[in-house]
Amino acid sequence: MNIIKTLSQNKVAMVGFFVLAIFCLIAAFGPLLYDGSPWKMVQRPFLPPFENSNYLLGTDTLGRDVLAGLIYGTRISLLVGLVSTLIALLIGIPLGAYAGYFGGWVDELLMRFTEIFQTVPSFALAIVIVAIFEPSVYSITSAIAIVSWPPVARLVRGEFMSLRSQEYVLAAKLNGQTHRNIIMREILPNSLSPIIVLASLMVATAILLESSLSFLGLGDPEIMSWGYMIGAAKTVVRQAWWLSFIPGLAIALTVLSLNLLGEGLNEALNPKMSGKREN
Amino acid sequence: MKPLLQVEDLTIRLPKGGDREFAIQKVNYNLMPGEILCVVGESGSGKSMTANAIMGLLPKTIQVDAGTIIFDGVDLASLEERRARELRGNRISMIFQEPMTALNPLMRVADQIGEVFLIHTNMNAKQRDERALALLVDVGLPDPEKMMKAYPHQLSGGQRQRVMIAMALALEPAILIADEPTTALDVTTQAQILKLIKELQEKHNTAVMFITHDFGVVAEIADRVVVMEKGQMVEIGGSDDVLNNPQHEYTKKLIAAVPPLVAPHREALLEVTPVLTVNNLCKTYSTGGGWFSKARVVKAADDVTFTLHRGETLGLVGESGSGKSTVSRCVVRLLDSDSGEILIGEDAIQDLNTAELAPYRKRIQMVFQDPFASLNPRKTIGQIIADGPIAQGMEPAKALAKAAELLDLVELPRAALDRYPHEFSGGQRQRVGIARALAHDPEILVADEAISALDVSVQAQILDLLDTLKVRLNLAILFVVHDLRVAAQVCDRVIVMQKGKVVEMGVTKTVFEAPSHEYTKSLIDSIPGASWRSDLPDHIPQEGQPEKQPAMSSV
Amino acid sequence: MNLQTLLYIGGRLIKGVIILLIIAVFNFFLIRAAPGDPAKVMAGEAGATDEVFLQQLREQFGLDQPLYYQLWVYISNLLHFDMGMSYRQNIPVFDLIMDRLPATLLLTGTAFLLSIALGVLAGVIASVNYKKWVDSLITILSLIFYATPLFWLAIMASLFFSVYLGWLPGFGMETVGVELSGWDRVIDIALHLVLPATTLGLFFTAVYARMTRTSMIETSRLDFVKTAIAKGMTPSRVTRKHVLRNALLPVITLAGIQAGQLIGGAVLTETVFAWPGIGRLMFEALFQRDYNLLLGVFFISSAMVVLFNLITDVIYCVVDPRIELSK
Repeated sequence: MNIIKTLSQNKVAMVGFFVLAIFCLIAAFGPLLYDGSPWKMVQRPFLPPFENSNYLLGTDTLGRDVLAGLIYGTRISLLVGLVSTLIALLIGIPLGAYAGYFGGWVDELLMRFTEIFQTVPSFALAIVIVAIFEPSVYSITSAIAIVSWPPVARLVRGEFMSLRSQEYVLAAKLNGQTHRNIIMREILPNSLSPIIVLASLMVATAILLESSLSFLGLGDPEIMSWGYMIGAAKTVVRQAWWLSFIPGLAIALTVLSLNLLGEGLNEALNPKMSGKREN
Repeated sequence: MKPLLQVEDLTIRLPKGGDREFAIQKVNYNLMPGEILCVVGESGSGKSMTANAIMGLLPKTIQVDAGTIIFDGVDLASLEERRARELRGNRISMIFQEPMTALNPLMRVADQIGEVFLIHTNMNAKQRDERALALLVDVGLPDPEKMMKAYPHQLSGGQRQRVMIAMALALEPAILIADEPTTALDVTTQAQILKLIKELQEKHNTAVMFITHDFGVVAEIADRVVVMEKGQMVEIGGSDDVLNNPQHEYTKKLIAAVPPLVAPHREALLEVTPVLTVNNLCKTYSTGGGWFSKARVVKAADDVTFTLHRGETLGLVGESGSGKSTVSRCVVRLLDSDSGEILIGEDAIQDLNTAELAPYRKRIQMVFQDPFASLNPRKTIGQIIADGPIAQGMEPAKALAKAAELLDLVELPRAALDRYPHEFSGGQRQRVGIARALAHDPEILVADEAISALDVSVQAQILDLLDTLKVRLNLAILFVVHDLRVAAQVCDRVIVMQKGKVVEMGVTKTVFEAPSHEYTKSLIDSIPGASWRSDLPDHIPQEGQPEKQPAMSSV
Repeated sequence: MNLQTLLYIGGRLIKGVIILLIIAVFNFFLIRAAPGDPAKVMAGEAGATDEVFLQQLREQFGLDQPLYYQLWVYISNLLHFDMGMSYRQNIPVFDLIMDRLPATLLLTGTAFLLSIALGVLAGVIASVNYKKWVDSLITILSLIFYATPLFWLAIMASLFFSVYLGWLPGFGMETVGVELSGWDRVIDIALHLVLPATTLGLFFTAVYARMTRTSMIETSRLDFVKTAIAKGMTPSRVTRKHVLRNALLPVITLAGIQAGQLIGGAVLTETVFAWPGIGRLMFEALFQRDYNLLLGVFFISSAMVVLFNLITDVIYCVVDPRIELSK
């Protein structure tokens, strides 16, 4: 397909893709291949990186293996990022689709609802939700999904509003197609490109949100995560800067690679560039 | 007389991967002082390229390859940018096609005009305002003092184009380049703008390079004509010669495709029971209106009544905002009407819900305007045509077989079934749109500006196809159209609409030869080049051989 | 400013108030959803657990009333700037927040102005040099800052500029233990402000830079820019007078939307730099499980976003003459 071809010619996007692929592999197989718990005390505390070949990245304030923490953290970051984005899409797409397709008071009502969620400072809302419902993977994922669906709804609504008056949609109406068919088979497939691009950027934002929450101590106490590692090392940054530095770098790399990929997707899927018209 | 501007062997290269190597190749022509030179061509002919090269408006990826544009002893193609800027807007100026977007939306009219003086003269603010005001008076804008303070969005399209002209003529340039300046305007506004350009051109003895696709406009204003085809200049000559005695095959073909402004005699219809009856149809729109502001109410259809019979083409003509599209969309129930009756055969359909409406959907179908927007880009041609019958309960295999037959009917190869819309040209897509409408075996076909997005030679082919199908399938066609030349050729009867009201209805020949309503008269008078090609009954497009379609654009 | 503009702004003001009321209702139910009986939480602080005392507390705070009545009391109290007491500190929540609000306004305001100024400038420079190395550099830098976690950047910046180089203070808002007044105090606060405001602002600088760049490039392809070139203007005048003003409109809209993010981001920055604002107050409330205070901060920060949005609406009104036509 020519989208994949265009994307594969975009070097920057490909760098993003490969870095991301590596992180995905680590998330999937790392905990199986790397023998070691992120919670167990294995060495003296504050072991600097590259001194002990068994614990390549050293140990933290409690003598726990940093590399193990990093590997387990990859899994949770990507998982929370993906799942919360999926949930946000599941809320945002139908809402935006209904508002945009039917217009009128349905639109008015749904958009006022969306507007409230968009006004509330999202990070603060996420904090409040996680704090009230006790920190856990579930509450964190739901909180992130709850604060990140409004842009999806607005985007989908905009797409549906402009596509619903396209002549091929009118033709489908004249064919006697049902609303469901028109939404699912005529409009949605043609509005997927911007949704895909937005989704890839949302995963990045979700990963940042998750790490910020864990940094504030709102992470799942059962699970090792990058944000938690930085938060725990915050007070000892003068003695052991690498304890904050390494997980931060992992977050930045993941988010950056997602953004690069999203950017590349945007260019590949941009209707202005891809052959919407002949020639 | 010495030419003002000499274009010599001008060649402009397109970036790699385009559909051809050169945008224009070895173009030669002169512009004489005080003349109006029309550059004519279809879309993609490269007719605007020279003008853009003169004004330094070529995109960065496109460059002049060879040749010169001599103005005042200097070559504009190789002139350094700083000196070229001094000429632009000063000695040579330009107006554009889209008046709605050609003005800066955040700047007052006075400031946009004043800017020209600010750049090229030493006038102070007061002098600039005085001159701007004088220019607004010159271009005939009402209440010029108020206009000075207005923002573009407060002006109509015609008024904006007048502001553009005022701006272009501010420093009395030697050359005015007009790139399709009336294409986006209604026919009566177009007539006024053409008249204004001609008047001002005569008053100031300006040379005008007028770029257009419309031979009617050429007949109206041109002194000389250049015809472009695919980047090549194929013909140049005096306006009378080119229009009435074209030499090149392409010019002949283009001119033959322009419908003559005369309604041929048509046999009266025998059938008396109408297949579509519209009684007292009303539809109002209200826009705006919030908590504090009153809504603006527009009557898009006001007490519209007409009938349509099988085997008949009924034209619905009018300018934008006349309500002709609203009526056509109410008739097919894409829009709900406020009051009145719509009867298909003898059954009223205006109040039916989706389920009740289903059987009537088959009987009335629509062909749309934009061939690029009317086909779902993610479906194959086969799916697009077969979808309707399948939705109405036909077996998919049978529907596909029918789609193949329909492709024969609209003269497209059956191989098109598995291809996607982007592989086809505009005319071919419009054929697919017609096939889709015919898939239901309808009695009534509503053609909503079905040819206005197409080039003139393709228009003729589609009109021809519609006419053949009408006879063969005994269709009733409601033809919504703004182009009166087309209406004169294809319609048995016409309805003229203005501001939602039917102002005149009758047999086409009668309406065109003896219009009874003032508005109809002004519409017909506004048709550009009305006196040209008004007496060629032997040349109606139906008789020309339908162009053989190229098998497919690319495989 | 004409009547229509005022009506438009009035409409937005009413809308903002309605949104705040809905958030207040939402807040009320969130407090009820918090784990534990509020009376027990309060009693726990006081060290007593007997049932009589709990009942007293419930009566005192109206917790024995029906829910709709409690909601009514909550909302009407809110309208009188009464957000109840902090469970832990036994000080009115509103007073606690007002005490901290100026610090947050100073921080977020500075970061906001800084990021807009820097971001627009960078975006314009990038778009003018479209596809040249300056453009690539700005694009890459903004992508990097866009991807860097705010709190991590803050820690690294304080480590480098404050601990390692010793150039700037990396903790608090004023030097502890020294009484300063007048300009000395202003300079002291300004120095303390540099690191938090910059780290908070950099992410948004990246956002605005990208947005401005895209918007500039899109605007420069519009028809009226062609008109401007055809008038014989210099490229720099075309950019300044025609492209920039139009390109800034979507940036203004975005700035309003991003205000909420900025206030959320302040929680992280204030935590890292011990900046005594409402973000840090929120962090403290979080740790002490002081839900009333937590939701109070949440409400006030929402109110700040509504205010920021209103300001951008007014600016938009002034800049875009077309607004009076739309509703």
